[in-house]
Amino acid sequence: MPVEARIPTRMGDGFMVEMTRSELRADIEEATTQAAAKAKVPPLSADEQAHLLDIYASPAAFTAVDIGDQVVLSCDGGGSKMTGTDLQDLLESEQRLGQDILELWHIEYSYKAIKTILPFQQQVMQNAQLMLTAPVQYGAQPNLAFYSKPDGPAGNWFELLPKGDIAGARAAIEEALEYATQDMVYVADGMIAAGADGVDFDTTGGAGDADFFSTLRAVKHVREKYPEAGIELGMAGEFVIGVHGELEWEGRRLAGLWPRQQLEVCQDAGVTLFGPAVNIRTGKSCCWNTAYSLTVIKPCMEVARIPVHPNVGEGVCGVPVNGYPPEDAASRAAKALVDILRCDGL
Amino acid sequence: MDVTHALAAGMGGIRTAGDLVARMQMSRGMRLKEAKQYVADKLGCTVRDLSDSYAMEQIRGEKGLGRILDHSNLHPGEPNAMMAKFRIAELLGLHINSVERFKDLAGL
Repeated sequence: MPVEARIPTRMGDGFMVEMTRSELRADIEEATTQAAAKAKVPPLSADEQAHLLDIYASPAAFTAVDIGDQVVLSCDGGGSKMTGTDLQDLLESEQRLGQDILELWHIEYSYKAIKTILPFQQQVMQNAQLMLTAPVQYGAQPNLAFYSKPDGPAGNWFELLPKGDIAGARAAIEEALEYATQDMVYVADGMIAAGADGVDFDTTGGAGDADFFSTLRAVKHVREKYPEAGIELGMAGEFVIGVHGELEWEGRRLAGLWPRQQLEVCQDAGVTLFGPAVNIRTGKSCCWNTAYSLTVIKPCMEVARIPVHPNVGEGVCGVPVNGYPPEDAASRAAKALVDILRCDGL
Repeated sequence: MDVTHALAAGMGGIRTAGDLVARMQMSRGMRLKEAKQYVADKLGCTVRDLSDSYAMEQIRGEKGLGRILDHSNLHPGEPNAMMAKFRIAELLGLHINSVERFKDLAGL
């Protein structure tokens, strides 16, 4: 009986292993079945699973979408001062990396911190806009937990909850989300005044449903005040954790929302680019992780009225959790998302 | 990783028409197919041309939309950066924030 060829592939942490085509197929089937059961969505079709298998069973060092299928890349993390000044970094992003949407950020990537250095960031944005052709948005994270003690003024709900003080925890969360929305609005107003083409709220929901709620309020403000500003909202994970548990947006409870419902809430609030995120399971193969991600994100495409840009940074949507995500794995994830989801960007 | 995604799936920014399609997504919330068709119609080219750096290099040059600059592709006297964005705003029928701010602050 012929022995199946073993194909180099990656685990979710980036470690290279070898798997047979049959093992990869089994991973895809397991992942899509599990994802479908958890998110209560259909599994990937047989054709989709077969195409995904072809992508991951290829021995190619790199893969790409077909000619003409290229999508818009909305990139975060520009202006990091890694190779020069923040302006030089952004020029590099535009001129050498071919990014479609650039982002000016600060290494202290949260709206709470940016509030304290806003004029510095505004000046960089104003200067950058003179020298760049591609659109430049300003990005940071809501990071609601930073508003709790010891870093912020509100009570620490992660300490109150284990004590059983649910009312106290909810009160602390509600206090914190007021501060968070205020800061996001302040920074968004300031950066748009400085010439930004839009704002990005990255890893929204990272601290749970209140993190999501505070961001949606900021989105509503930006949309109403700036009808043509880009508003990108990238999620932190596939499922909104109900830390508060009772917050609702226009009658819909935020706790427990999966990507399709997250998108529906976001597009109603005024978001123009939605970025679902599915966290990597490092003990599973990248093939498994991509199949899982595709399954939970795919329902978005049926209801999307705005562009959907799945997050393909480190540790999400099939890209390994690794400081240097291997190109073979990252390119496979990108191709799989574009080919199977027909998404609008990454 | 930025390079990986750019090569694997990205349109290519100002190397092609990626920035133009991106602007339609950002400002009007257009889905990809609609955004590509809109830009192609405005440029007078095909949708496939939008991701073709050969085609777009010429189109961008003709229309003054800004091009990649390197040691073998220099275009002094041609619009780039803010100058190009004026052209882009007019071409796409968009209100580009930085262009409007420039006009305000320059007293135009």
